[in-house]
Amino acid sequence: MNDKPKIIIGLIIFFAVFTFPFWYNHGAASSAPEPLLSDKAKEAKHCVRDADFMRKEHMQLLDGWRDRTVRDALRVYEIDGKEYMASLSNTCMECHSNKADFCDRCHEYTSVEPYCWDCHKYPKEKK
Amino acid sequence: MNVNYLYSLLAVVVLGLFAYVGAGAAGLQSVFGIFIPYLAVVIFIAGFVNRVMGWAKSPVPFRIPTTCGQQQSLDWFKQNKIDNPSTMFGVIARMFLEIVLFRSLFKNTRTEIVGNRISYKWVVWLWLFAILFHYSFLAVVVRHLRFFLEPVPFFVSSLEQIDGILQVGLPGVFLSGVTLLAGALLLLLRRILIPKVNYISLAADYFPLLLIIGISLTGLMMRYFTKVDVVKIKELTMGLATFHVGIPEGGLGALFYVHLFFVCILVAYIPFSKLMHMGGVFLSPTRNLANNSRMKRHINPWNPEVKFHTYDEYEDDFREKMIEADLPVEKE
Repeated sequence: MNDKPKIIIGLIIFFAVFTFPFWYNHGAASSAPEPLLSDKAKEAKHCVRDADFMRKEHMQLLDGWRDRTVRDALRVYEIDGKEYMASLSNTCMECHSNKADFCDRCHEYTSVEPYCWDCHKYPKEKK
Repeated sequence: MNVNYLYSLLAVVVLGLFAYVGAGAAGLQSVFGIFIPYLAVVIFIAGFVNRVMGWAKSPVPFRIPTTCGQQQSLDWFKQNKIDNPSTMFGVIARMFLEIVLFRSLFKNTRTEIVGNRISYKWVVWLWLFAILFHYSFLAVVVRHLRFFLEPVPFFVSSLEQIDGILQVGLPGVFLSGVTLLAGALLLLLRRILIPKVNYISLAADYFPLLLIIGISLTGLMMRYFTKVDVVKIKELTMGLATFHVGIPEGGLGALFYVHLFFVCILVAYIPFSKLMHMGGVFLSPTRNLANNSRMKRHINPWNPEVKFHTYDEYEDDFREKMIEADLPVEKE
């Protein structure tokens, strides 16, 4: 019995499947997206927390805000002696009003689909 | 304490520390982030092909399927077409169920002495843990394609939607990540706690499980607790996938390199270990052959050429002597 042809077909399929990322991207270099800061955000210079923290943990910060606001009616977030209103629409998006250029760029790049906007409205963007 | 799992655990811890120190304190990020991953992929593919070609060369002269039902016989016997296939179609159905649903594990039984007689009990646990573990692993691997593909294709994002359907916390908990760790831990506990399984378990059985637990723990740590900048990670991984390599500005945390190094070790280790069942399951002759020995003649290809001396030739050689001795001959 000689099954070599079948086995070789199987190996070709294996090879094609496991090298999928290499041929899917056609070897095209893609640069990581930079979230675009709006003028107002640039002026403010600092966010609620530092940039590194925000990059890594903004989702947990927002999750905490939501739970505290909705469950305990604690609407104020205090950090470094400053008080912020714990609100995505009113605090975050006041500076970062450009959802498409700020939020969506990285979320799309890393295939993250936040459900913030299932409930929240985001400000209309000036084009 | 059993040396087999002690050594395996020690090996995993040492490998983890090696990457932690190497990429973290020693700062060899391009070694751990670029060189080792490529090396691992090359070893994996070359080793895998080599191993399968080795199997392809092994002769399978006869039909040796393990059969679990009535074979094809006279018309009035009902054949079990899947458990005792005699056609290509039956074999495909059998292999499909084996590979996709792990049917032979489902038939697992435990032998026990009950009272004064032997009893066989159906035991589902191994199948359950195995299916939990394998499908979780598949889901985790497919989800990780989001780091290697740009744009991310629909099947990855829809899997993420289903996987995160509970919407627990932020970032949302992916079920497969939790069930992968649970499955691996259950399979490990099975080997440690059941005396008979423990007795036949070797370091090569514990090591992959512990390595996968290591991968899973570091992955969960990064996603839910210590946090990493995923955009930077995707920058690195996309560099790997498009051959435009580079370490992203500012580098990445040591824990990420531990995770990546564990994965590289696992991938490179596959061709040399029991994990080759990934390819081997397709080539198991006890499953992928049809039981058609009574319909087709299978001749062993390396049977030696046997010299026959037929009766006709014998008679030709000794005809005269036979006639002299009054022995009957066929041709006068």
